[in-house]
Amino acid sequence: MTGVARRFASKAARHLADLADSGSDRPGGITRVIGVDTVVPDADLGGVKFVRADIRTPVIGKVIAVEDVDTVVHLDVNPPARGRLGGTSAKELNVIGTMQLLAACQRASTVTKLVLGSSTAVYGTSPRDPALFQESMAARGGVRTGFPKDAVEVESYTRGFARRRPDVIITTLRAAQALDLDLEMPLSMYLRNPVLPVVAGYDPRLQFAHVEDLLNVLEQAVTHDRPGTFNIAGDGVLMLSQAARRLGRPIIPLPSLGYASALTRIARAGGSDIPPDLHRLLKYGRAVDTSALREIFGYEPKYSTAEVFEQFRQQVRPGILAGIGER
Amino acid sequence: MVDERKQIGSGGQAGRGNRKVSPSSAARSLAGPTAAAKRPQAAAKKQAAPAKKTAAKKSGVQKSGAKASPAKKTAPKASSKVDEPKDQAPPQAEQPKRPHLRAVTDDDAAAAAAAAAQEAERRTRSATAPIPAGIPLDDIVAALLGAFQRVMGSDWETRLATLLHTIRRRLSGEYEVDEFGLDPAIVTVLENAFEPIAEKWFRLEVRGIENIPTDGGALLVANHSGTVPIDGLMTGYAVHKYTHRHLRPLGADLVFSMPFVGQIARKMGATLACTEDAERLLTTGELAAVWPEGFKGIGKPFTERYKLQRFGRGGFVSSAMRAQVPIVPVSIVGAEEIYPLVGNVPSLARLLGLPYLPITPFFPLLGPLGMIPLPSKWIIEFGEPVRTDAYEPEAADDPMLLFNVTDQVRETIQQTLYRLLVDRGNAFF
Repeated sequence: MTGVARRFASKAARHLADLADSGSDRPGGITRVIGVDTVVPDADLGGVKFVRADIRTPVIGKVIAVEDVDTVVHLDVNPPARGRLGGTSAKELNVIGTMQLLAACQRASTVTKLVLGSSTAVYGTSPRDPALFQESMAARGGVRTGFPKDAVEVESYTRGFARRRPDVIITTLRAAQALDLDLEMPLSMYLRNPVLPVVAGYDPRLQFAHVEDLLNVLEQAVTHDRPGTFNIAGDGVLMLSQAARRLGRPIIPLPSLGYASALTRIARAGGSDIPPDLHRLLKYGRAVDTSALREIFGYEPKYSTAEVFEQFRQQVRPGILAGIGER
Repeated sequence: MVDERKQIGSGGQAGRGNRKVSPSSAARSLAGPTAAAKRPQAAAKKQAAPAKKTAAKKSGVQKSGAKASPAKKTAPKASSKVDEPKDQAPPQAEQPKRPHLRAVTDDDAAAAAAAAAQEAERRTRSATAPIPAGIPLDDIVAALLGAFQRVMGSDWETRLATLLHTIRRRLSGEYEVDEFGLDPAIVTVLENAFEPIAEKWFRLEVRGIENIPTDGGALLVANHSGTVPIDGLMTGYAVHKYTHRHLRPLGADLVFSMPFVGQIARKMGATLACTEDAERLLTTGELAAVWPEGFKGIGKPFTERYKLQRFGRGGFVSSAMRAQVPIVPVSIVGAEEIYPLVGNVPSLARLLGLPYLPITPFFPLLGPLGMIPLPSKWIIEFGEPVRTDAYEPEAADDPMLLFNVTDQVRETIQQTLYRLLVDRGNAFF
């Protein structure tokens, strides 16, 4: 598993390692989990064997060969975050890392399965979007910059890999953003601001996924053969205005011209960080169809978007307007 | 003396003027006899000018003296300056002045007395106004309460509580929107706001409402006109009023890229006119509506009113066939006249990213007033549904069949339009 220094990936690695401890004798069961990243994770990895390696270098090929890896879980596709990696190096890690990793996998005959942790960001966000994206659809407005573009490129390399190694089972999981205080997801960082700058005249539809659902889907993808591309998100949508009201946080409508820079500044003043590609999502929003996950993959998401949000609301400090709608 | 000249005004004494213009007779009368007596004295003291000059001044003043009072006053003053020696000035100057002054003062006094009387009368009247002859406060309160109850109904307490509850729910965000963004509360509010416009301003008449299925999906196909898509709102209003079903309009992407408009459109249940959304709505049993003419229909000049444009590429038929739902042709009469499009500014429209920039007889001539739609009479007729479940879902891939069905729907609407136009008669009365 790649990218285990990140919170979600380390959680996932631990989750899989716990499975390996409990029942490794099952068919398709997990015997060992090897975590790879450039930096040592702060979190306790439990039964995960950590190997410090950079997936941007051919070293990763050696790791795969030495450890006799049969399943590669690529979770090192992440939006840039301040402090760890800036925009350029995040792109480097996302795109170049994936290229190297896939090149290594192509050489390694032991690899029989690849699980790619992608994001719903591949659909982009534009006024020409359909209400719900299905897996077969591509971004309408085009994805020009930042993390969405990375994700699209990563997926296209993965498709190329699938053509060259048709024997490898490839599962691409496009996950909506998880809302959890532990995870440094862009939307959860945004929603933690004391005031929420929004684009005047736009009320985007947002969707969230629960960490538990994400872990379960990942586990099934690793332990069972589920080739294909699947969206993961909680049912239903939440409007941004609705989310702000539920959190009790006041919104500041800003003109759409210059919104991006104002958003970044307000967020910095509030002590948090906003990735640059979030402002488009906050303008048009995005929602995905999860029927393929239910019907083909065979997993029913446990939590709806509203439930995920409610859990998040209980985690964070109530906003200054929280008293108004008190039930 | 020199110092006195430098002083501006009368030095605080009433009735002295500012040494250039003599005070009015009314002012002097206010100052009383002492001031009037002092006045000639001062004038005599100042007298240094030769008689000639004074005479010229006198004649000039008299010439220009259109007003009665300055002329009158200057006359005695000037004469006193010329005729009397210094020491004799006070008594002799007073003599000719007295009668003049008295006459004016009397008139003024009478006028002032009348004005004062009027003023006093007015004051007494206004003082008595707040307590008009004997309606007690209790009665007023009771009447107000009665009116309140009549407006709110007898169960006003429950209704007020419901209203407050609704507001609180809205503020706390505890409401549901569906995955397209439809917000039922917003729809209700907008519908109530739109009702007087539809019923009183446009005098909407709805026909053939029984052709809309009471449950299950259906695709409403309507003609598009009126420069601003008010016909979409009206159709949605009519459908919801008579069938209590939400109409899901399928709109152009321009709608959703516009701030505020796009937001409201989503909350009203509109979504993008694309195959995916149309099929999703229809297969889940919703009532979707399309205006296949698009911008060609809504932005056509007034001279081409009620002439249907090309019906898109027939995508709506294939969506309906795949979902196996009936197509209901909807003919809307009245939308063409609300904003008669007489001109267009293509270059400016392109600059703003709009499909057209309308010029109507009143817009932009009258500014915001020109944006008020003309009160045309509307008729919306829902026609006989065109069944698509007779065809296989695979027939959606047969372009010839699609064109045939498209043409059939288009012809139905066109013929109904002509019939409705005859029925309606004059567009406005």
